[in-house]
Parts: sequence; C-alpha cells; structure tokens
Amino acid sequence: MAEMVEWQLYELMLRSRRFEEAVTELWEEGKIFGEMHLGTGEEAIIAGIVSQLIPGDAIATDHRSTPPFIMRGIDPVALMLEFLGHPKGLCSGMGGHMHLFSKEHLLASSGIVGSSGPSATGFALASKYKKTNNIAVAFFGEGAMNQGMMLESLNLASTMKLPVLFVCKDNNWAITTRSSDVTGGTLLERAKGFGIEGVEVDGLDAKAVWKTANEMISSIRGKKSKPLFMHARCVHRAGHLLGDSLIRPERAPVSPLLKSVLSRKGARIDKKIGGLGNVLSMISSVKAQLKDSQDPLKILRKKLASQEEQLSKIESSIQIEIDNTMKTTMEIYQQEGSL
Amino acid sequence: MKRMGFADAIESALKQAMIEDPSLFIMGEDVHGLRVNLYLQFGKDRVKTTPISESAFVGAAVTAAMAGLRPIVEVMFIDFIGVAMDALLNHASKTYFFSGEKWNVPVVIRASCGGGYGDAGQHEQSLWGWLAHVPGLSVVVPSNPADAGRLMLSAIIADHPVVYLEHKLLADYLLDSVGSGGRTTVSFDVPEAGKEGEVPERWEPLPLGKANCLREGSDLSLVSLGVSVHRCLEAAEELDAMGISTEVIDLRWVSPIDIDAIFKSVSKTGAVIVVDEDYKQFGLSGEVCALLAERNLEFRYDRVCTETTIPYNRDLEDKTLPNVQRIVDTARRMLKD
Repeated sequence: MAEMVEWQLYELMLRSRRFEEAVTELWEEGKIFGEMHLGTGEEAIIAGIVSQLIPGDAIATDHRSTPPFIMRGIDPVALMLEFLGHPKGLCSGMGGHMHLFSKEHLLASSGIVGSSGPSATGFALASKYKKTNNIAVAFFGEGAMNQGMMLESLNLASTMKLPVLFVCKDNNWAITTRSSDVTGGTLLERAKGFGIEGVEVDGLDAKAVWKTANEMISSIRGKKSKPLFMHARCVHRAGHLLGDSLIRPERAPVSPLLKSVLSRKGARIDKKIGGLGNVLSMISSVKAQLKDSQDPLKILRKKLASQEEQLSKIESSIQIEIDNTMKTTMEIYQQEGSL
Repeated sequence: MKRMGFADAIESALKQAMIEDPSLFIMGEDVHGLRVNLYLQFGKDRVKTTPISESAFVGAAVTAAMAGLRPIVEVMFIDFIGVAMDALLNHASKTYFFSGEKWNVPVVIRASCGGGYGDAGQHEQSLWGWLAHVPGLSVVVPSNPADAGRLMLSAIIADHPVVYLEHKLLADYLLDSVGSGGRTTVSFDVPEAGKEGEVPERWEPLPLGKANCLREGSDLSLVSLGVSVHRCLEAAEELDAMGISTEVIDLRWVSPIDIDAIFKSVSKTGAVIVVDEDYKQFGLSGEVCALLAERNLEFRYDRVCTETTIPYNRDLEDKTLPNVQRIVDTARRMLKD
C-alpha cells in the first residue's frame, strides 16, 4: 500500500516535470511569451497534496500553477495551447500561465503574491455554506507570508472555522530577496498566533508530504472543519522565472558592480564591500539549489531504484504521453497558428 | 550632450539626487538587485529591501515622508498597487488637505507600467487614469531618457505624492527580465528614441505639469504619453504623407494635466485624438475631451485606448494596445470629409 503511494507520486511528479521541460523548450523558442514561472522543485509538495483531493475540492494557486493543474488532471494539450496563446487553450489564450482557470475543477491561479490566501478561504466558505464536505487548498510561497491579505486570510479562516489547507512552499527566496532577511519570527508561530495549528514537513520528500497531508486533510474535512497550515521546504530548480538573471552567468557582470563600489561618493567603503559580498553570495546560493540532492524527483527515484523494471515502465509511458501531448498540441498550433 | 538608455538615465538622476540630499532613500522589493549600483554605492540603509508587503511599506513611506525624509518607494509593477492602494487613496493624497495644508507628503512611488511583451493584464496595465483620479496625487509618465531623468528629479522635489511610471518597453533591464529573459527568439516593438537618447551633463528638473509639443501640425492634434507618444510620432509621419498635417503632444504628466498646451494645439487644429495606453473608460482620454469642452472649444474628437483586459495572446495584445495602424485609421476616419 505504502509503496503504491510512492509509485503514484512518482508518476504525478514525473508527468509534471516532463511537461514543464517541454514548456521550457517552447519558451526558449519564443513560442511562449513573457514571463514563465516553473514549479520544478515543488513537485513533491504539490503531488503529496493534490493526490489526496476528491472531486469538488478547490485549489487556489500562485504564479507557479503548472504542476497543480497537471496533477489535478487538466487536459495537458489545453494547458500547453494556453501557454502558446492559442484560442483552443484552456482559457482561450487569454490568460497565459499566471492567469489559469478551470471552473469545473475549481482551480484558480493568480499572479498577485498572497492572493491564494483569500481565494482558498472563499472556496472553503462556499463548501461550508453548501455543506459539501469539500476542502480548499492554498498554495503559496514563503514570500506571500509577509503579505497582509495572506495573514488576514489565516485569521478569517480560523475564526470562521473554514476547511482550508494553507500550504507554504518555502524556498527562502522572495524573487531575489532572502526571505530570512525580511521575515520576523517563524511561520509556524504566525499561524499559531491566529489559532491555526501548523506542521513542518520536508517538501523535497514526497512520501513525507503525502503522509502529513493525509493526516491534515482528514482533520480539515468534515463537520468539525478547521484550517491547518503546512510549512514545506523546497527549491526552485529554474530560479524565480525562466531566464532568471541570477542563474544566467552573463547577467551578473562583476566589473560594473565594482565601479559602484569604487565610486568615491556614497556609503563608506566597508559598507560597500559588504554590499558586494551580499550580491555575490546571493548568486552563489541560488545556484547551489540546483544540485541533484535538492531535486525531489531524483530523491524519490533513488528510493524506488531497486525496482528498475517498474521505473522504466513508468518513465517510458510518461514519455509517450508527453510526446503525444506535444504532437497533438503542435498539430493544432500549426494548423491554426493565431487568432 | 551624451547618450544614455532610459533606465540608466533614471539611475543617473537618482544618483545625483542621492548624493545631494541625504534624506533621500529607496525602499521596495528586491531593490538591492534592481538598483544594484545604487545599493553598492549608497549601502543598505539608503537602498532598503522590503518583504513582499506593499500595504505596509508604501504606507510606511508615506509617514516617513511626513517625518521629513524623501522616500522613493518602489512597487515592482503598478498592477501591484492594488495591494497598497489605501496608502495612496486615503493617506498620501489626503494628509495635506486634512491638515489644513500644514503637513505635506513628499513621497515618490516608482513602478513599472505598460504592455507589449506578453505578460497579460495582471502585469501590463497602465492605471495612470485611475491614480490621477484621486485629488492630491500627481502622476508622471516619461517617454524618453532625457525626460526620464529630469522628471525623476521633478517628482523628488515635489512637495506632494508623485507616482512615477516607467514603461517596460523603454527600460531595458525590465524588458530583459520579464520579456526576453535572455532569449533571442522573441522581439518587441521598442521605440528607439524612447529606449536611448541624448541626456544633459547635469540633471535639472522639469516644471510640474508641463507638456511637450514634439511635432507641429495644422490639421490634427495627437495627445499622448509614454510609449504611445512614439506610436503617435510614427503615425504622424504617415498622416503627413497623406496630407494630414499632424501635431504631437507628449503630456508627460497625467496629473496635473497641461490643459493649456492641449487647448492651444486643438484651437489651431480643430481636431484631437487622445492616444492612451490606459483604459478607455472613465480615464485620461475622456478627461481631455471634458476639459476642452469646458472651455467652449468646438473640435472633432476621437480616442485610441486600451478597451478591454489585456489578453495574453501576443497578436491580440498588439491589437488591444494603441498602435500606429489604429491611430492612422482613426485619423483618416475622422478627417475623411
């Protein structure tokens, strides 16, 4: 039984990862426009939770919506066509990756940091009002925990006893700001301050997330509904967004930076050198996240490595799936390229 | 005269102002990275990185200004001002009036604005009409490097709140980050004269609320600001070739609006098209018409604006935002008889 869960999680995570790799290719080719925030590195958290939702449960996501949409069973062709801005896309090409919606799945995303707090709270209010036994999940980063609307949502959900699972995916980076530098206290204490119990879990360990979420969801769901808070560590393997300047080496030229440090006006030289150190350490610690030992997919694969046959069966079937998705997507895209 | 990019001009003016006025500081999300040169030169006390807490740090900038500092508070995208709107709507804009004109709020709110690179309607809005709607707030939108630096100084020395909007098609570092992301496979319609141009050796502020007539004509006035100014200049060339002598006015300021400059131009041409990247309804374009009508001027009027939420699809986006073709078509329709 336990192992079945791991296989199921691996399949969900792999599907999402392969899909986002295909997204990356299309983005690099310039077929996907604007910004693209991937959820690669967050898959264990998303899979551990989404795999336990039942029909009618709602999800409010942030700007990293691809993994939850894929894992909740949104048609991958419709999703890819949306990223291509196609009229046959999930949102008719109007929304793009930060503004994805599926009414039938009660799935809503947003590009405004912190907005998944009030959104999930409202979905939970609706299910409690309609006595449906459904819950709502909010996915957000630790950066959002400094946003007023998120903290207000914790209070609202707590006092209204709403069935919300608040899921904080913590990579300790709010874009290029180290969250520990701009966050007072601890996040679990914050939740507790609003009367919401919180649990810390290793978000790189899919099984651990699944197990914790399983217990949490069963106490959220039901007549005695209440919100709970999950704090899960993760990494962003593609940085904040594709083309992240902290990961692109050519985007961090050191000589112009030195010019500012050496300028005679401004702050004292020791402060300036401290500042340069901060900037350089920021670049190196973002790059350190890219190690394999920080990859939730590779971590899980390692656990399953003894069953090589089963692994390759799943991996090749996912590959066929993605190939088919891309084939169908590109056929539609090329037939009716633009509106 | 030397040449400079749009974003470099803003940075250069800020650097000059920060050297001269120790009460001036920058605060906002990621500013140690976005303003890395200023951060390294002036240190973390004067380039302050904040958490993602717009309502708190914009609100705090308002009272820091009331306490005698000169904050330049940054909201990464003007779309995010929704989160912090109370600080502007009910505080920054009201204190001077409510205090019987005894307490002023010299805060600058700096944000990126505008579309044309595929980020859709939650990151590409203009919103200047919405902001200028509130009495007590000024809104400025530069269209070229020389203006960008000088208007930043104007915003800083103003004794009241000024929202300073920086169009993402003009600011190279923003377009690189959110548009291309290092890709060479995408391209954008960036107006060259807005992206880079001549700048003065030393920055001096421009007067508050003064427009700039960029091109003279006798048949039609195009009134615009920001990136759309460049669309107007291009359209004006085409219209001139068709025999429609076209004047182009860069408003620079949404508020205070230079109605005298518009009045003077439309008195001469008798026809005006407002080209506004902001929403058509209840905004700048309607305001221009109302202000001219209040002066009992007889004129022909039309507008080219953004009429819906900005779509993600790039082709549709380009059709939604004001473009040269829409301006030319509107002018020809208006002046065909």
